[in-house]
Amino acid sequence: MSLRTPLGRVLGLGTSSGVHHWWAQRLTALALAPLGAWFVVSLLTLPDLGYAAVRGWLAAPRNAVPMLLLVPVVAYHSWLGVAVVLEDYVHGRVTKTVALLVVQFLHLLVATAALLAVLKLALGSGA
Amino acid sequence: MAEFTLPANSRYTSVPGRAYPAPAGASNVTTFRIYRFDPDTPANPRIDSYGIDLDHCGPMVLDALLKIKNEVDATLTFRRSCREGICGSCAMNIDGLNTLACTKAIAEVKGDVRIFPLPHLPVVKDLVPDLTEFYAQYAAVKPWLQTRTPAPPDRERLQSKEDQEQVDRPSSCILCACCSTSCPSYWWNSDRFLGPAALLAAYRWIVDSRDEATGERLDQLDDSFRLYRCHTIMNCTEACPKDLNPARAIAEIKKLLLERQH
Repeated sequence: MSLRTPLGRVLGLGTSSGVHHWWAQRLTALALAPLGAWFVVSLLTLPDLGYAAVRGWLAAPRNAVPMLLLVPVVAYHSWLGVAVVLEDYVHGRVTKTVALLVVQFLHLLVATAALLAVLKLALGSGA
Repeated sequence: MAEFTLPANSRYTSVPGRAYPAPAGASNVTTFRIYRFDPDTPANPRIDSYGIDLDHCGPMVLDALLKIKNEVDATLTFRRSCREGICGSCAMNIDGLNTLACTKAIAEVKGDVRIFPLPHLPVVKDLVPDLTEFYAQYAAVKPWLQTRTPAPPDRERLQSKEDQEQVDRPSSCILCACCSTSCPSYWWNSDRFLGPAALLAAYRWIVDSRDEATGERLDQLDDSFRLYRCHTIMNCTEACPKDLNPARAIAEIKKLLLERQH
């Protein structure tokens, strides 16, 4: 029970950030339209999805470059989206902060692993 | 977590409602099923049904509510004042949509007329919700003219016709709260998201050509909760009984915030 006024509560709950997050989500969505389409079409037109075929496909720079762009953009876009869902529905201060941090770290982990895999295949040292 | 279900002492299915049948001989009867909550008793809320003879009742839902209060059950509590859609007092959830009881025709509803208070607000009594936070959010956007230039000594601050048209529609908001309480984002984060009504008011002052606090107003709204909890669900525009478009106003604010970055 607090006797703080309703106006005081409303004015005291600012985050002083917003437009960057919102714009980044839209920019990444824009970038994902061609990158995502390229990725799906490329996979569908591969003769088969075996290791050798995918490795040969990624060894070509014209495939490795968009793939290296796709991975961080997907990861960033997904992190922003999941963060919004958590902010919408998770309300406990500790639970929310921990959930946001875990999601951030997971996205970084997955993106780094994916980038390393692409680089290894593209640079020809994969085994 | 966000509360997706009503707390146990707010559920209305556990208590049987009272039924007030229409007078004998009535031929044109519609049943009004109305949410009742009395803060003076420990009982859960309940749904009471009132049979109303529409041959002896005005055409609007508010007419029926007044008939019930005057002739059937004087304990039924609701807000009303102007009965012509300009005061915003009689906002409630009728047939699943937030709207004004005075401008909603009974004939528009198929079957029983179900009436609840505006969703996701604390209920004071029956159809009267607690709007304290809603009004605080309105006050937080400073809904008044802010200037540094003194007004001309001999006349009003002038606006061009085009400038006036910018504020004409948004300034006809009557603050009935139909929009904000129809918004899921407002349901889950009503403490931090300002809601469509307050944001429409903010927009009305942002685009006012006479106002000189546009920058400060935008600074205050550049906020991941106050503004950006809006996910363009558009329930606000759907609900507005004055046919205003709060969703568009919010999108325009987002656009202005982006444009000033570049």
